Amino acid sequence: MLKKIIYILIILILGSAVAFFVFKSEPKLNPNFEAENSFFKNSQFRLGLDLSGGSHLIYKADVSGVPGGEVSASMDALRDVIERRVNLFGVSEPIVQVQNSGFVSGEDEKLIVDLPGVTDVEKATAMIGQTPLLEFKIEAPEGTPQEVTIDKDGKVVLDVESQFVSTELTGRYLKKAILEFDQTTREPKVSLQFDDTGTKLFAQITKDNIGKMVAIYLDGAPISTPVVREEIPNGQAVISGSFTPSEGKLLVGRLNSGALPVPITLLSRQTIGATLGSNAVTAGVKAAIIGFLIIALFLILWYRLPGLIAVIALCIYIAIILALFKLLPVTLTAAGIAGFIISIGIAVDANILIFERLKEELHSGHTISDAVSAGFHRAWSSIRDSNISTIISAVILFWFGTSLIKGFALTLGMGVLVSMFSAIVISKVFLSGATFIGENKVARFLFSSGSSK
Amino acid sequence: MFIIKNKKIFLSISAVLVLCSVALLFIFPLKIGIDFKGGALTEVVYTSSRPAQADLDNVFKTLDLGSVLIQPTGELGYIVKSLDLNEAQHSLLLKTLSENGKSPLEEKDFNSIGPSVGRELTRKAIIAIILVSLAIILFIAFAFRKISRPVSSWKYGLMAVVSLLHDVIIPIGLFTLLSHFYGAEVDTLFVVAALTILGLSVSDTIVIFDRIRENLRNANKEIFSETVGKSLNQSYMRSVFTSLTVIIVLLSLFFFGPESTKYFALMLTAGMFFGTYSSIFLASPLLVLIEELQNKSK
Repeated sequence: MLKKIIYILIILILGSAVAFFVFKSEPKLNPNFEAENSFFKNSQFRLGLDLSGGSHLIYKADVSGVPGGEVSASMDALRDVIERRVNLFGVSEPIVQVQNSGFVSGEDEKLIVDLPGVTDVEKATAMIGQTPLLEFKIEAPEGTPQEVTIDKDGKVVLDVESQFVSTELTGRYLKKAILEFDQTTREPKVSLQFDDTGTKLFAQITKDNIGKMVAIYLDGAPISTPVVREEIPNGQAVISGSFTPSEGKLLVGRLNSGALPVPITLLSRQTIGATLGSNAVTAGVKAAIIGFLIIALFLILWYRLPGLIAVIALCIYIAIILALFKLLPVTLTAAGIAGFIISIGIAVDANILIFERLKEELHSGHTISDAVSAGFHRAWSSIRDSNISTIISAVILFWFGTSLIKGFALTLGMGVLVSMFSAIVISKVFLSGATFIGENKVARFLFSSGSSK
Repeated sequence: MFIIKNKKIFLSISAVLVLCSVALLFIFPLKIGIDFKGGALTEVVYTSSRPAQADLDNVFKTLDLGSVLIQPTGELGYIVKSLDLNEAQHSLLLKTLSENGKSPLEEKDFNSIGPSVGRELTRKAIIAIILVSLAIILFIAFAFRKISRPVSSWKYGLMAVVSLLHDVIIPIGLFTLLSHFYGAEVDTLFVVAALTILGLSVSDTIVIFDRIRENLRNANKEIFSETVGKSLNQSYMRSVFTSLTVIIVLLSLFFFGPESTKYFALMLTAGMFFGTYSSIFLASPLLVLIEELQNKSK
């Protein structure tokens, strides 16, 4: 008996500790939040874009120019570049992720950018789109048909585009760019230093093209077309064009923040205003509290003592799941909050199955403590099987979903798993502890349920 | 057991409900949202007064933005539906809505989805629906694999799926009404709701099948229909209560929860309700019906 009471105390203390953590780490609940240490401060709920406001952008990356095996590497490079770019603008906690092509996600390589707090789409897309695309092109082999047009003055114009062909060398292999001034002419020039791969590529290109032009393209337009005099093995190139010192400085800044390894186009944008989001949070919290209160009332009125225990177990369940949301952390969306609220309803299901079974065992003449253990034992198979189907749906939804659906699937799936634990372990410890009140009439009344006496 | 005795009546009620829902689908086709077909949705709120809708309509006709649909929302707002917009088109739209700055406004929500993103989501949704259904059939067949007499285990799976379809089709039928009268659109959450109903409604059916499974183990020479009737009698209350608790939170979500999940909550409520109905009045009676048909054919 003493052992049972110790178990109950342990669970109550652990449960309160978890609840205390949730309370301490929530600025709206804790008046002294600012004075708390960083562990509590860093454990606030992480709200998704639809709740905090912000922009959600989906870009398509054009990887047609990248050799098959290197697609994934250049997508990772693209992500790093965009991440740096976004960080330059001081957005808090941006999320930049690659969605590779595949059977499920379609044939496009995509880049998904979440910018919390940025509601100005124009500004958001500009800060990403400004990144320069640096390419090195070589002269087309002789005999390549060249496009010639005759302009209105009757002059023959050679189309520059058809003169050059792309090489593998792009801004992806750039290590750094520096603004320099020519010793003699005082003209500004930008010197480039390639990384190891870029150095090899550049050496090969210059070796193969001695006496020919190499064109340096920026954002699809040639900015410099120097003639190669000799092989350059050290990976250094110079862009000397007709630009002013301030243009040169800007170019260096843009190149250093990262040139885009592959071109991107914007496919889809979503912007949510901050007020819409905070209203949704308030409404979600209200719905959760009201739902919880009605369920608690129902459980206590209908199931009496076991009902009260179920309510305590439900409180501990809510504390555990909220703490998990904070610690993992789980990004909460409106759909995610809905998933959590539904999980409150599902969490008591296991208790109901157990209590109904308990009542049945009592009716068939068992003692209270026998009935309690039989109730748990016999209800287990239906609790397990009925929850597995929900978990199956949640797992598949999580696997396929966009970020908003993932939030729902994750909170629902976690809810079902944690609630199985809380119903089986927590309720069981409490209920077996409660059998100490004996076998008298009052006890049987407390353990019965519904309209029975 | 009353339900088993009158099983034909209850089976007919379900059949009629399903047929009505399918008919509704044909009468009021579902409105597909921009999540799936691509397009843009802009919600603005004016700070002082909102310009007349007809004026805006006329201006938009002269612009090169394709068809633009303006709907009033709240006291001072408009929701504007259009084709998907690039940055230039988006600022043109905002400029037009604010009448070149004369009517100051705040953009609350902007969502522009390219057609290829919509196609991707459609494909994902279809794959997910197929996978969830398959996984649940397999799971039920597995969970009830030890029962083979008098009805084989895969038939339990089949019955669970029949009731599952019933549980999903009826809420979709109700949604067509919402779609027709309140402008609800098929969006991502609609698909999530349908898939969640698949998972939740089958859990009720499992509670009752689990009892049948247990009683069959102990039943010696009992008639199958009696075993099913007894199992129903013993477990229908808990099936109702487990759904009731979920319906309570769903209704709370519908009445007090965020705007964006209202239809979602309503559809799930309908799914839970019919899920409970079908696990009591459809799945188990169907099992008995199958067993009787088996006996006749012998």
